[in-house]
Amino acid sequence: MLEIKGLQVKLEEEDKQILKGVDLSIAPGTVHAIMGPNGSGKSTLSYVLSGKDGYTVTGGSAMLEGADLLEMEPEERAAAGLFLAFQYPVEIPGVGNMTFLRTAVNAQRKARGEEELSAGDFLKVVRAKAKDLQIDAEMLKRPVNVGFSGGEKKRNEILQMAMLEPKMCILDETDSGLDVDAMKLVADGVNALRSEGRSFLVITHYQRLLDHIKPDIVHIMADGRIIQSGGPELALEVENNGYADILAGVA
Amino acid sequence: MALAKLKEDATLARLAGITLPEGATWATAARSDALARLSAMGLPTRRDEYWRYTDPASLIVADAPPAALFDNGEGPLFAGVDRIALVFVDGVFDAAASSDLAGEGLEIHRLADVTQRDIHWAKDLYGTLEHRGQHPVERPLAALNTAFASDGIVIRATAQVSKPVHLVYLHQSTTSDATLHNLVRVEAGASLTLLETGPGAARLSTCLEVDIAERGQFHHIRAQGNDHERRAVTHCFAQLAAESVFKSFTLTFNGVLTRNECVIDIRGDDAVAHVAGACVGDGADFHHDDTVFVTHDALRGESRQVFKKVLRNGAVGVFQGKILVKQGAQKTDGYQISQSLLLDDDSQFLAKPELEIYADDVACSHGSTTGAIDETALFYLRSRGVPMEVARNLLTLSFLAEALAEIEDQALADELQSRLEGWLARRT
Repeated sequence: MLEIKGLQVKLEEEDKQILKGVDLSIAPGTVHAIMGPNGSGKSTLSYVLSGKDGYTVTGGSAMLEGADLLEMEPEERAAAGLFLAFQYPVEIPGVGNMTFLRTAVNAQRKARGEEELSAGDFLKVVRAKAKDLQIDAEMLKRPVNVGFSGGEKKRNEILQMAMLEPKMCILDETDSGLDVDAMKLVADGVNALRSEGRSFLVITHYQRLLDHIKPDIVHIMADGRIIQSGGPELALEVENNGYADILAGVA
Repeated sequence: MALAKLKEDATLARLAGITLPEGATWATAARSDALARLSAMGLPTRRDEYWRYTDPASLIVADAPPAALFDNGEGPLFAGVDRIALVFVDGVFDAAASSDLAGEGLEIHRLADVTQRDIHWAKDLYGTLEHRGQHPVERPLAALNTAFASDGIVIRATAQVSKPVHLVYLHQSTTSDATLHNLVRVEAGASLTLLETGPGAARLSTCLEVDIAERGQFHHIRAQGNDHERRAVTHCFAQLAAESVFKSFTLTFNGVLTRNECVIDIRGDDAVAHVAGACVGDGADFHHDDTVFVTHDALRGESRQVFKKVLRNGAVGVFQGKILVKQGAQKTDGYQISQSLLLDDDSQFLAKPELEIYADDVACSHGSTTGAIDETALFYLRSRGVPMEVARNLLTLSFLAEALAEIEDQALADELQSRLEGWLARRT
């Protein structure tokens, strides 16, 4: 699904290397998690994959189902099946959540040469999916993320994911700012989307989220590289002992 | 103080070419009075404090600069609204295209008729609020309007009027130069909605005097468009009695030069005045100027100014807004915000917010910002598959939303919103 090889990235504005050669291969239908200390480059990886400005790729490649992600505009990456759930979802006053969702869904369908969904069909689908995430009609009407609580914003991200039906989902610290109940709700939303053809990359600081979204493979990232990969037990090790042992082991 | 020689000469030269319309004695007196005021203050130049950012020359020059007609194919605004439509073509009333001059709870006349007769309330109002609005800031083009206005609509609302009155300003001649003066009197407890749409002429001057009695409500929604070369200078003078409400919203498209002045005088306690505007301009020929002056001279008055401008390809926007709180106008709540969204480095926004407060127990605030499209929001939308241009348009509408939210009638607001979407889509 996603093949990242030797990816090197620095900041555009200053001469600072953030990613120093990331290798990652995610097979269809699998869930990978990336953990790592602050500043290790986890969020940068998610931004670079989804096409945010401000970064320069200095080496390596990132391919989504054989297509070169790094050559595409952000909207092309989305249409190709990539989705990033933001750590800090953006508030957009004056644009209704529903309008936003429909614009996004239909833009992607159009880009893929599919027919756009009618207003009626769209409404039916969105209502059903919103209900599963306990998002009420009022929240759909309100401007995108404006006045939403932390939990509502994250649920809204998962609703977008559910509507857009991406192949490769990246969750950037989706657990940050969530209480236990909200995390469970979000995790249930994600788990409902797990399927053979869909892969996930879950970026998190804490093992807790991985209790709910069970990963197949866990990676530890430090100083711009993936320094260790393993099964779910690796996350537990981090939870119990912190990163110090792993970092020491590599050094 | 005597006028500068150059200014005096220019004013005399301009006035030499026009004659006062004929009318009853009172009308002639009101016009002569306005003419005398105008002669005393002279026509504006860029040296004048309130014309520093906007060159009035093309609004004053004897022959109006021509303006080509532009049809965007969207059809007339508010055509589906149950309303009393009164049509002016290049400033000339078109009776055949207009509704009857009548409505429940309404008295409606043409100014051209009123000035031949003796209708006391109209007589008392014509030029009166304009005259008072000349202090402390001179508004010579309003006096010019009062002196020479050929026609207009005169409305008195005596009840809560459900049907809006819609002044439709059509533009058919590329060289037309129209001067219209409208009067509105909202009686105690009555209400009226006034719609104004259209370019009106190659060069259009409108002056609206609104007198709102106790507990009266006046809603004003205006759309100025669409022709790219049109010019307009508009004045609105409103006086508010106790517990009255005045709400005005203007949407401006295109045009080379638009100057909208709004002068609000809160004279009765517990009155509410909101004035808002949104404009979208494309190209270095676009110049839009909102000049607002709100005076609080009563207790517990609430005023609100909300102005948003979207400017691209070298377009220029100006905002001059003032809140004056007089001594004794305690518990005044005054708010003012002016913001521009510059879609490129060539466009320009010039803002002059002013507060002048002589009462000690008031809450007044103002703010002004100039910014570009928010890159984070743009990336958020694009990461969901929304193409760049569509995302920019969505964020532009998002920027304008706060101003459009000032329109209370949702159906009217939706119609203006769809025109904005069309304007943006034509540029995508």
